Amino acid sequence: MRLGRVIGTCVASRKSDGLDGVRLLLVEPLDSARRPTGDPFVAADTVSAGPNELVYWVGAREAALALETHFVPIDAAIVGIIDEIDAAGPRARAFVRGRDDVPGGGAHGAR
Amino acid sequence: MKLARVTGSVVATAKHPAFDGQTLLLCEVIAPDGIATGEEFLAVDRAKAGVGDHVLVNQEGNGARQVFGLKPTDKLPIRSVIVGIVDHADEGALGATPR
Repeated sequence: MRLGRVIGTCVASRKSDGLDGVRLLLVEPLDSARRPTGDPFVAADTVSAGPNELVYWVGAREAALALETHFVPIDAAIVGIIDEIDAAGPRARAFVRGRDDVPGGGAHGAR
Repeated sequence: MKLARVTGSVVATAKHPAFDGQTLLLCEVIAPDGIATGEEFLAVDRAKAGVGDHVLVNQEGNGARQVFGLKPTDKLPIRSVIVGIVDHADEGALGATPR
């Protein structure tokens, strides 16, 4: 499971069987300092997440298992809305402070 | 399985029922020498891990269902599970050539 932020919605009127009524949201994957870690993607929403909310999502086959109808072609699903991160790592501490500039941070320099 | 270090915990009220009562921890992947690779993820803790612990994480759904005592056909939208606390990992042990 990974962190992400809801950055929008996705509407598809023609879709695979079993996906009717499934809410699709655009998610930007984030690290614990809220920095994007990759390209946005579409995820099925199981928790009624709202715009800009910090969420966690699950990928692969387990994403489909989060849905009512679970034999469906879904590879990402939002499974929780995050209230709080109680973090100890340098990048995570920066997230708690709401800072973006992290000394020694970045993809490989955290510690 | 992945070697990781626990860097924090996460609180979520609105969540899929499968996560009810579970502890969700923030983890960073580490190399055997303890250096973070930059990859982060969340995992359900089934080994009573704490912040700073080096842990062993299974990232695959069937193993997760097994840890939860479920059948392979049961529905569990969980992939990453902390299944052990690592005492030490020795790169180059047994005469192997390190990276």
